[in-house]
Amino acid sequence: MQAELIDIRNHLARHSPFDKMPEELISQLTASIEISYVRAGTQILESGQTSSYMFYVRSGAVEIFRRSGELYNRIGEGEIFGQFGLLMHRQVRFPARALEDSLLYRVPAEIFHHLFENDENFADFVEIEDRSRLRSALSRREKSNELMTSRVSRLISRKTVSAPTTVRLQEAARIMTDKGVSALLLMDGEGDNARLTGIITDRDLRTRAVTEALPSETPISEIMSDGLITIRASSYIFEAMLTMLHNNVHHLPVLDGHEVRGVIALADIVKYESQSSLYLVSNIYHQQHVRGLKKISRDVRDSFVRMVNEHANSHMIGSAMAGIGRSFTQRLLELGEEKLGPPPVPYCFMALGSMARDEQLVVTDQDNAMILDDRFVPEEHDAYFLALAKFVSDGLAECGYTYCTGDIMATNPKWRQPLKVWRSYFLDWIGNPRAEGLLNSNIFFDLDGIYGRTEFAEELKSLVADQASNSQLFLTLMARNALNRTPPLGFFRTFVLEEDGKHQKTFNLKRRGTAPLSDLIRIHALACGSEAQNSFERLKSIGKTKLLLEDDLDNLRDALEFISIVRIRHQALSIEAGEEPDNNVRPEDLSPFERSHLKDAFQVVSNAQKFLRFRYNTQATRHV
Amino acid sequence: MSENVPVPDAIKRLPWPEQYQTLASMAEAPVLKAFYEAGCVSAQTPICDVPMVALDFETTGLDSEEHSIVSIGLIPFTLDAIALGGAKHWVVRPRLPLHQTSVTFHGITHADIDQAPDLSDILEEVFASLNGRIPVVHFRSIERPFLNVALQWRLDEGIRFPVIDTMAIEAHLHPDRQPTFLQRVKGEKPISIRLAGSRTRYGLPHYAAHNALIDAIATAELFQAQIHHHFSPQTPIGDLWL
Repeated sequence: MQAELIDIRNHLARHSPFDKMPEELISQLTASIEISYVRAGTQILESGQTSSYMFYVRSGAVEIFRRSGELYNRIGEGEIFGQFGLLMHRQVRFPARALEDSLLYRVPAEIFHHLFENDENFADFVEIEDRSRLRSALSRREKSNELMTSRVSRLISRKTVSAPTTVRLQEAARIMTDKGVSALLLMDGEGDNARLTGIITDRDLRTRAVTEALPSETPISEIMSDGLITIRASSYIFEAMLTMLHNNVHHLPVLDGHEVRGVIALADIVKYESQSSLYLVSNIYHQQHVRGLKKISRDVRDSFVRMVNEHANSHMIGSAMAGIGRSFTQRLLELGEEKLGPPPVPYCFMALGSMARDEQLVVTDQDNAMILDDRFVPEEHDAYFLALAKFVSDGLAECGYTYCTGDIMATNPKWRQPLKVWRSYFLDWIGNPRAEGLLNSNIFFDLDGIYGRTEFAEELKSLVADQASNSQLFLTLMARNALNRTPPLGFFRTFVLEEDGKHQKTFNLKRRGTAPLSDLIRIHALACGSEAQNSFERLKSIGKTKLLLEDDLDNLRDALEFISIVRIRHQALSIEAGEEPDNNVRPEDLSPFERSHLKDAFQVVSNAQKFLRFRYNTQATRHV
Repeated sequence: MSENVPVPDAIKRLPWPEQYQTLASMAEAPVLKAFYEAGCVSAQTPICDVPMVALDFETTGLDSEEHSIVSIGLIPFTLDAIALGGAKHWVVRPRLPLHQTSVTFHGITHADIDQAPDLSDILEEVFASLNGRIPVVHFRSIERPFLNVALQWRLDEGIRFPVIDTMAIEAHLHPDRQPTFLQRVKGEKPISIRLAGSRTRYGLPHYAAHNALIDAIATAELFQAQIHHHFSPQTPIGDLWL
């Protein structure tokens, strides 16, 4: 390559996949380029033609079509097309037409194959389509985190210690001491028919047996935990971590089918997990007053940054942050009850929005509500619940969870109501959809009971799942709302920027990325009667119906993961730089890798919105 | 053909292909003989069939009688493709002192010049890319006269060839480049027919670097754009060369 061609070489080197190409190859590539100017409207590649080139857009824009004639993609400066034809026996696979006057760099087939043979990164990039490219980018990232590649079975280091449910308290304690275990599994039946029915831990012994001074002859079945939370041996360690965080348990029996393989403890995972979000959670429960909680809330951001730096995925980070937020709330409720006395009637405290979806990040306000027992009498009981709600809400604000500007908090009397009122709210929002109810549905239909009588919340979840799937009008109007926010992708696959508060040209990764995605996933989940709350879990339950193609589901999952992780990284970088994290990203702050994959991800969102529009506008009367 | 015997007007009036034949028989220097013998396409040849070469010189000044060539960039091309594999660039030692003001413009330093060969040492390489091709330049008052004078100095004979001038095409397209009084009052600027300004009108990208090779490539791209916008691939070259 002539040294004077450096300008051209550098342009290539700024764009994927050439940004990672070795010096020598990129020089060979530059020297092989044939420049060609085409006017708007020129057919560059025609179906059935033999293709001899891969194309790089130096300036202008090109439209790529399927052979059916349907528009497949728009390619702009720094992007390539024509590679599939070269890989597919040199038959043009996607016809291409110049959308604008364009200057194209043609790379001859021989050089293309030379690069393909000698640069693995290039080969990976051109071999797979945009969306699969997104997937491989994600899997490369996840492979670097051990929690996501190692399975739970690896953590089991000793034989299971179990006892029949018929043993007495003292006997159970003796077995645990002899064997040196912190948890004892309790089985019904014998030999091959033995079934796991409960668990007792050190902590249970302390909190239930010792503090209540139970007689040593108490049957263990009276104090054991049943309704067991377990994990499959084939699960990844991070899934075990999510399960512990979500349920606030420190031991998980590991099952292989019905067979018990062992127990894993929080300490086993902590060995893998230096980010210590689990430590933080257990620390929260040791705090005796709001002051202490406020103090440790400063560690939340550190924990977040560490998880990001250790390549945790967004599901892990979102669940960990939600787990931490949930723990703060639970501890505040415990402290509140200590201060105000036991509640006059049972109640359930519920989290809404991102905390309920296990998709919380560091910039978050509090969305919560109370479901009270139907025996609630406002004049007699409400003073207590208002005081409790206020205690929790103020405490959360102290800990960095700012008050909800929309007043979606249990301190608002409207959102502190008995179960029957909640049922009527939900039925009304679904049955008579109006603007306000639709907005509420977006918030309240992501719900999770986190304290007290959580079965109240479960009842509401079932109600939503039953009713919403049968109300086509409700779904149609929800869909219309979900289309109001579009991804920031312009006509030419450029980013559409808005001015942020600091007068910088940015796009908002939440408002224009993750929020529209979780909105449309919610609608599909409601349509198929799913009770899942987390967007990834919702995608799984949508997958069990035939509502969306498997490929589309995978694309949505990848897009959500990628946009989320870019958003998360952006916030972590701000925190490390000592700035206040937000959701506004300047394109120049992204790496070429992130920019190119973000465009792929936004394209997925845009296509998914098109499908939603098609499904609910033109076919509004068709049922699932 | 000696410096003192100018080409007779009768020969200058011949159509280019015949003129090349005649000049080939008259030329004494082997490089020039080979150049003319490689021939010239006829004026009727559609532009899409014409082998061309974009040519750009950096010089110590604008007057070919007074200033010298400092660097040469060229790239053979056709209407369909500008193949970067054929790109060539040379720094040459000027006969005349390198003027201080042009040093910064070219980015070529005295140290570069001291290492550089004389044009006569690289003539064969340069002509290897010129033979059989029609030169395309932006602003025809540089390359042709400078090459002519340089060859007269070194070979004792000059050179004649047709050129396509992308600047002349722009000048033709924009006869009223200077804004009228009223337009000037409204803040309108004259239309630029310089290389960078012309390229902007066709949506061609901006090149940060300036060297003879990049400018030659930029000229070739501009010419492709001009043909696609204002002419056609079938336009005879006789309509375009000067």
